[in-house]
Amino acid sequence: MSIPRQVTRPNHSARTLARGLGWLSLGLGVVQLLAPRQVTRFIGMPGSETMVRACGLREIATGVGILLSDDPRPWIYGRIGGDALDLAGLGWSIERGDQPAGAALAAGAVAGLTALDVSCARGLDAERVPSIEWDYSDRSGFPEPPTAMRGKAEAELTSARAEPNGFPPVLH
Amino acid sequence: MRALRWHGKHDIRCDDHLPDPTIEDGRDAIIKVSSCAICGSDLHLYDGFMPGMQHGDIMGHEFMGEVMEVGKDNNKLKVGDRVVVPFTIVCGECEQCRRGNFSVCERSNRNKDVADKVFGHATAGLFGYTHLTGGYPGGQAEYVRVPYADVGPVVIPDGLSDEQVLFLGDILPTGWQAAAQCDIQPTDTVAVWGAGPVGQFAIRSAIMMGAEQVVCIDNVPERLSMARAGGAITINFDEESVIERLAELTRGKGPEKCIDSVGMEAHAARSIDSMYDRAKQALMLETDRPHVLREMIYVCRPAGILSIPGVYGGLIDKVPFGAAMNKGLTFRMGQTHVNRWTDDLLRRIQEGQIDPSFVITHTVSLEQGPEMYKTFRDKHDGCIKVVLKP
Repeated sequence: MSIPRQVTRPNHSARTLARGLGWLSLGLGVVQLLAPRQVTRFIGMPGSETMVRACGLREIATGVGILLSDDPRPWIYGRIGGDALDLAGLGWSIERGDQPAGAALAAGAVAGLTALDVSCARGLDAERVPSIEWDYSDRSGFPEPPTAMRGKAEAELTSARAEPNGFPPVLH
Repeated sequence: MRALRWHGKHDIRCDDHLPDPTIEDGRDAIIKVSSCAICGSDLHLYDGFMPGMQHGDIMGHEFMGEVMEVGKDNNKLKVGDRVVVPFTIVCGECEQCRRGNFSVCERSNRNKDVADKVFGHATAGLFGYTHLTGGYPGGQAEYVRVPYADVGPVVIPDGLSDEQVLFLGDILPTGWQAAAQCDIQPTDTVAVWGAGPVGQFAIRSAIMMGAEQVVCIDNVPERLSMARAGGAITINFDEESVIERLAELTRGKGPEKCIDSVGMEAHAARSIDSMYDRAKQALMLETDRPHVLREMIYVCRPAGILSIPGVYGGLIDKVPFGAAMNKGLTFRMGQTHVNRWTDDLLRRIQEGQIDPSFVITHTVSLEQGPEMYKTFRDKHDGCIKVVLKP
């Protein structure tokens, strides 16, 4: 039998995707933190190394949050917010930077990741949709109430049989 | 024939036109499978946590059916017998088998050399499991070759349905052995982690062995409702502190006996140690997540017993062994010595003391098996136990 009741279930696909995004965040963050000059040169924003380092710290923080949290949902939304900031910055660089092609390439990659982030967030949101909870309170497996079944097995004999050498040597 | 085969992590397929098994040894038998089940241990293979799987391996170690063919040296079975086949393959003749330690049979693991290297000494061959345990084709298939079939298979008398006896091959004796290993006294509190099928049988076994109270810890509502139906007090670890609630139920002394029916894939993700395990697992520095083991060591009353039917596959980390040693805890564990218990449990089923079919929530065809792996893994649709009909 079943009774409809609000329960939530983990969405394993979304959680697997979230873990992947978490590792990606960590990787990107480390690159931005350790090689900001190369990043700014690629996207045509020389002199913005401090900002790139800050973005790297943000990526590492969200990556760690996603990987170590029981509920990665807020961290994934954090990533979406970060994606919006990145896209705004890259848009500026496409317009006014000295490497519009590199910035456009980076913007395309960020847009792709944003799509993944949104898909992941939707999957995690779906965990909150109520599903039917089943009630198995009529499935005891016993012919009588459990209280009446207490002690039906000969505990001493059963325990003796569980000993490493407690089984009679003759099998057949 | 058709069979469910492992093609990689999260990739189980129902493949057709596979060759039927044949007799390879005089003691063999060929079984036409009438019912088989997906076990929680199968999920460790599905999720890619067990080493030694190969592309195309036939899954499944819980099965029963009709004997179709018998080897020339097999004097126990005859064509037409209805049998339940234990998941452990046992020769019945080696020193361990003679002592009743069937799950560590010294002869049935045909990949003994590899297993010796990994575990120090090989354990028994198992159906449908990794090549570390012999790589034998499993029972989620239309036909199975059963080696040493003059020892393991349990002949089922008329009048019992498949659903009543199928679990004699694994999860019923596993839950029973878990409780029996606890040496239960009438004043004992037995705490059972995990309300999956093995946990459900462990609860009922502990009740039948006379425990004063049985406490079950899980976070899946329908599983907890089934645990309560079997006589357990339940703790939902998402809603309350396991440690505080167990202390309250035992006047602060802790349960005398603890059963880990969870094993390597603990999902108590909110605890710090679980985050640590996940991080180490992701970095491949640890294979198993032993949250339950740590919690049991912490809460168990000094001089208590920890019984571990839950499967662990490799390496675990940060286990508080100092606490275990100083509290004088006894650890008892292992794959189940199925044939130790089958005669006794079959009698109890026949007498109506327990009907193991209560745990079945889904019965589907073999073709639906792959999707049921996911349903079972995700605990969707109220899924607790899946039976497949080839």
